This record gives sequence, structure tokens and C-alpha cells, in this order.
Amino acid sequence: MILPKPRGELSAALFEALRSVPERTPPLPQFADDAADAALSLWVLHELSYRGFEDVDDEAEWDLVALGVRRTLERELEQRLRDRWPGNPAGGYDPDELLAFVEADDGPSLSSYIQKKATREETLELLRQRSVYHLKEADPSAWTVPRLPVRAQAALVELQFDEYGDGDPNRLHSHLFARGLDAEGLRSERGAYIDEATPETLEMNNAMSLFGLHRRLRGAAMGHLAAFEASSSLPSRKMAQGLERLGFNDQLVGYYTEHVEADAVHEQLAARDICGTLAEDDPGQADGIWFGAFTCLDLEARFARSMFERWGSQE
Amino acid sequence: MSGPPQHDHPDVVLCPGGPVLVRGAHTVQDADGQVHEVRRPVVALCRCAKSARLPFCDGTHKLLPEGARP
Ligand code: FES
Repeated sequence: MILPKPRGELSAALFEALRSVPERTPPLPQFADDAADAALSLWVLHELSYRGFEDVDDEAEWDLVALGVRRTLERELEQRLRDRWPGNPAGGYDPDELLAFVEADDGPSLSSYIQKKATREETLELLRQRSVYHLKEADPSAWTVPRLPVRAQAALVELQFDEYGDGDPNRLHSHLFARGLDAEGLRSERGAYIDEATPETLEMNNAMSLFGLHRRLRGAAMGHLAAFEASSSLPSRKMAQGLERLGFNDQLVGYYTEHVEADAVHEQLAARDICGTLAEDDPGQADGIWFGAFTCLDLEARFARSMFERWGSQE
Repeated sequence: MSGPPQHDHPDVVLCPGGPVLVRGAHTVQDADGQVHEVRRPVVALCRCAKSARLPFCDGTHKLLPEGARP
């Protein structure tokens, strides 16, 4: 992947600076032009810790100027997310309360729309937005592995093993999605559609990387994972039905049917074995778990609303 | 003084209101006698009998009223 197109003064100057590493990086503008400029800049800075860019030296991941910008953007993002969070609804943490909280979520549903009403064009647009995450699915939660107490660590790896294909590269979830995209004539390399990623898509991905990359936020990372898994099996079934209705290829449909069964397991593991034991063994993380779970649902709702707005739909 | 603890790690776990988790199964026989291959380390088997992918849980239990859940 090469650096995406800049979307404002900050991203333009930042990408220029990243290309100049390991030469001295020039000082950068203090502020982004708007939400898209800030979100794209942070997405690129985080990506340096995943697979990087062909046109950026690997040194850039730890360049102090780049890290300074990353930290400022992360603080702003975390503050925005915290300002929206109403707080721990229960005090402490209980897996059944978390699962009930996710069930009670009545945010707008993209999967119901895809299942029954969406056009092929709208569905393709959704797949391109989703590809920003699905092509690196499970990677943001992997950062948390070395930061967990024993029981939660074993449980997270048990879950991740399945995400990463149970040892079979062909069953690795991000690879299944890539093959589905490819069979549909879509681009399947990481970051392929980053230039059309909306600010909501970028923010959703940035939040996962923020939670994953900061040990302090390990509870939020695992709470996000639990809410993500718990809001996946029924919507995945609807997505599969919608894709079938619209005549999408079997591989893409198969990606979603795989998630129906996998995530019915994962939601239990994440809510109980990961978050449940984490809250017992590292009680200071209970609020973080709720913060992460709320943020997951809230970002998805904002993303869904933005897509319905683009499509001029009244959902 | 106690050293690092020995943790419980059951192979079969009943989830309140939801599926039963089974660790380390390679095949599962359904109520019609058909055998299904299992490829993941933990599998969720349906207890509410309403799953569209029996014998596996597909999350349908969440659509049942509180009293009708396993
Ligand atoms: S127990 Fe989950 S669908 Fe029946």
C-alpha cells in the first residue's frame, strides 16, 4: 500500500514528512482542517504499526515528530469518545449485563437494510467501507495479548486462533474477505479503498487501534471486542441473506455465514472468559470494558446513520 | 503461601440463556443422526432448538423472550 491522498493541510504536511524519514522531519501544522483531515492522519500514523507503506521508511513508526502528532490526535479522539460515554451503567462488570446491553441496542441497522432493501450499488459501497476493517480483521485486538492477566490472555488467544483461521491460512477471516472481494471484481489489498473511507469509517478504525495500541486502554479494547462479537452473529446472517438476494458470489456470502457460527462462540468467550476474568483479575479495568463496549455500538450507529444519509434512506 | 493458581478450564460450559460451549470436539452428531465436522477449537451448540444452523448456535436465542430461553 502507498500513502493515501491527503485530505487537508495536516495530512498533506504529515505525508510529506513521512516520506522524508529518515531525513529530519520538518515541524508540522498544529491543527487539522477538519474531522476527515484529522482522522486520515491518525489512520496513517497507526498503519505504520501494522504493515506500513511502500513509500514510507519503516523507521517512521518511531519518528518523534510523527509520534507527537499521533499522540495529539489520539488525545483528541479519546476525549471525543469519552464525552459521548454516559458511564458504567452497572458499577463493576457482569457478562450477562454486557450481553443484555448489546441486545438492547436499537441503533440503525445496516444489515437489515442490506437483507431486504439495498441496491447492489449501495451494498458495494458498504463493502468498500467495511473493507478498511475487514482486511485487517482481528489485528487491533492482537496488540492486547501481552497486556492481560493469565485467564483473559488464554481466552483471547483461543478466540483469536479462530479469527486467524485455526492454523489454516485459507480460513483466516481477513483472507476470506479478501477472496470474496476479489471474486466480485473488487480490490482486495489492504487499504485498497482508503481514499473513499468516510470520516466515520476512519474514526471507527482509529478507535480500535487506539484501544489496542495503548496498554492503559486494555479494558476498552476487550470491551470493544465483546460488543463487536455480540453484535455480529444475527447481523451476519442478514448480510449473507442480502448478498444472496443480490446475487453476490459464494465466497463473500461464505465470509458472513462463517461469522454467524464463529461469533456465536466468540461473543460468549469475549463477554465471559475474556472480559469477565479481566474484570476479576484486574478490577481497575471494569469501567474501561464498558467504555469500549459503548464506543463500539456508538461508532457503528454513527457509521450506519452516515451511510443512510448518503443513500437518502429514511431508515 | 500459595503459588500460581490452578485455574478451572471446563470442556463443556452452559451459557445462561444461550448455547453450550464445547471445547476440543472434532465432530458433532445432530438430532437426525447427521454428523457435522467441527473446525474451531470451541464450538457453540444450540440449546434453544431455534437455530437455523442446528446443531450450532446462530444467535437466534437472543430473539426469544426471556422466559423461553434455555
Ligand atoms: S442457543 Fe443460540 S440459537 Fe439456540
